[in-house]
Amino acid sequence: MDIAVETKALRRVYRSRSQEVVALDGIDLQVRRGERFGVLGPNGAGKTTLIKILVTLLLPSSGEAFVDGLDVVRQFRELRHRIAMVSGGENVGFGMLKVKEQLWMFSQFYGMPSAPSKRRIDELLERLGLSEAADRRVSALSSGMRQKMNLIRGLITNPRILFLDEPTVALDVGAARDVRDEVRRWMAEDPSRTVILTTHYMMEADELCDRVAIVNRGRIVAEGTPAELKQRVQQNSIVDLQLSPGGRLLDTLRGVDGVTAASVLEQDGTDRFSLQLSNDAALGGVMRAVEASGRQILGVQKREPTLEDAFVKLVGRGMAEEEQA
Amino acid sequence: MSHPSAMRIFLKTIVARAYPRFVAAYRNRAWLITETLLPLVGTIAMIYVYRALHAPARFLGFVVLGGVLLAFWQNVIWAMATQFFWDRGAGNLELFAMAPTSLAAILLGMALGGAYVSLTRAATILLVASLLFGVSYSLSGLLPALGVFVLTISALYCLGMLLASLFLFYQREAWQLADAMQEPIYFLSGFYFPVRSLGAVVGGVGSLIPLTLGLDAIRQLILPGTPQFIPLPVEVLAVVAQIIAYAVLSQISLRYLERQARQDARLILRST
Repeated sequence: MDIAVETKALRRVYRSRSQEVVALDGIDLQVRRGERFGVLGPNGAGKTTLIKILVTLLLPSSGEAFVDGLDVVRQFRELRHRIAMVSGGENVGFGMLKVKEQLWMFSQFYGMPSAPSKRRIDELLERLGLSEAADRRVSALSSGMRQKMNLIRGLITNPRILFLDEPTVALDVGAARDVRDEVRRWMAEDPSRTVILTTHYMMEADELCDRVAIVNRGRIVAEGTPAELKQRVQQNSIVDLQLSPGGRLLDTLRGVDGVTAASVLEQDGTDRFSLQLSNDAALGGVMRAVEASGRQILGVQKREPTLEDAFVKLVGRGMAEEEQA
Repeated sequence: MSHPSAMRIFLKTIVARAYPRFVAAYRNRAWLITETLLPLVGTIAMIYVYRALHAPARFLGFVVLGGVLLAFWQNVIWAMATQFFWDRGAGNLELFAMAPTSLAAILLGMALGGAYVSLTRAATILLVASLLFGVSYSLSGLLPALGVFVLTISALYCLGMLLASLFLFYQREAWQLADAMQEPIYFLSGFYFPVRSLGAVVGGVGSLIPLTLGLDAIRQLILPGTPQFIPLPVEVLAVVAQIIAYAVLSQISLRYLERQARQDARLILRST
């Protein structure tokens, strides 16, 4: 098996005078060459720390990590020729420069000859629909355009492994779709290319990734294809319950007989509960609990499991709840 | 896998990192006032102080040459030494650090880009103040003075690289540190008076800054009658030694501090 990224018992601790934060706590990971691999988890799970170690910006506290067969600690100089990273919400570069000037500047840090670099920039600008913005100042770009430009920056140097850290965060639906489409297209051009993507958008991981590792509190809690992970909750009935706002109900619902997992998300002034039921009969108990709470039922829907459901089952609560914890 | 040579990447990085500075200077010309006119006014004010005291004419030359070299010191401090701190905040430092280039090349690029503004400022002060106040220079010393100037600037930029790596560690305090260093450096380097006035001990300490000896040597070469701090050949040799020392130290320091920065998460904007 051709391995693009491998970590062994990878651990990273941030120390300050007053506290110690364990960001990664023994990560074992293998990503095959040619894969789109997702690292999924709530904010603060350790995803960015993992990426920053793999792109040589951060040293692990212990354990080992290899990217493209190279040790990230000892062979980082060689490795830097082979990788690129694009982060979501990046505001890098210089607002005074034009888009094509900024992209050219970054290509020069990799020693690219100017003429091929400019050709490649034009080609990528065209592909991502940014040709008309090529001569616009970076400071005048919308966040969607800026992120497409950042993605182009990552692709110009033709990396063997591309790291995307929350690449669609805060983008509108259209811009996020364009970014995902370009990642797919770029991968399809050369089967030896690999993408490691961190995200806390479950749908993005489901749609884009061949395999996913779910990370929580610095540990991998599950790994597999999105279908395999969803399979873990396949035997359960998944019911979404939209209720009027009110007092705390989540723990009550968790205690109802037949409810195996539950999470809640506040949405448009209502509470959207996601319940995993071991059998449909459990719904009766749920309804009685809701009635007792005095809340109004605004909608009930049974649906297919998602990665979010897999996360809730594995961790015991939803991503939003985990981020607040 | 074959890659461009390290030297090729180094040179391309210098040009590429200098580019935004050139472009910024061209596209936003407010600096012509803040970086040229205002320092010129400051220099002229100091000239009037000497004039009011009826100081010998060469003192006006001291001030003009001090004003010229001051431009480069400020470029080193603000456009080089503190830049990693600003770049880190903008997220640029991550991208610089994970590219297969060297941080030294990035710093030299920053300095080169900033030198355009500094050269304009220095030339304006030299020409306008000299013409306005009739400062005259020894023509025979001009060429050697130019040589000493190049050596001094080289040593200064090597010191700037050393300071950049140190400032990266001071993080939020880098700006205050640079600010705090400003006036003592003006004083110790003798920007507006001959360094000999400081005496051997204070002048000796001040000589750790390449500007001190470089400026004194240039003054000795083109302003006849400059009180000699130490003999000219010794000053030139000392500046050459500083180039070597600061270049070596800055390389060691950049490599060491890059590793420490990877250890302590100082290259990145932290978010787990």
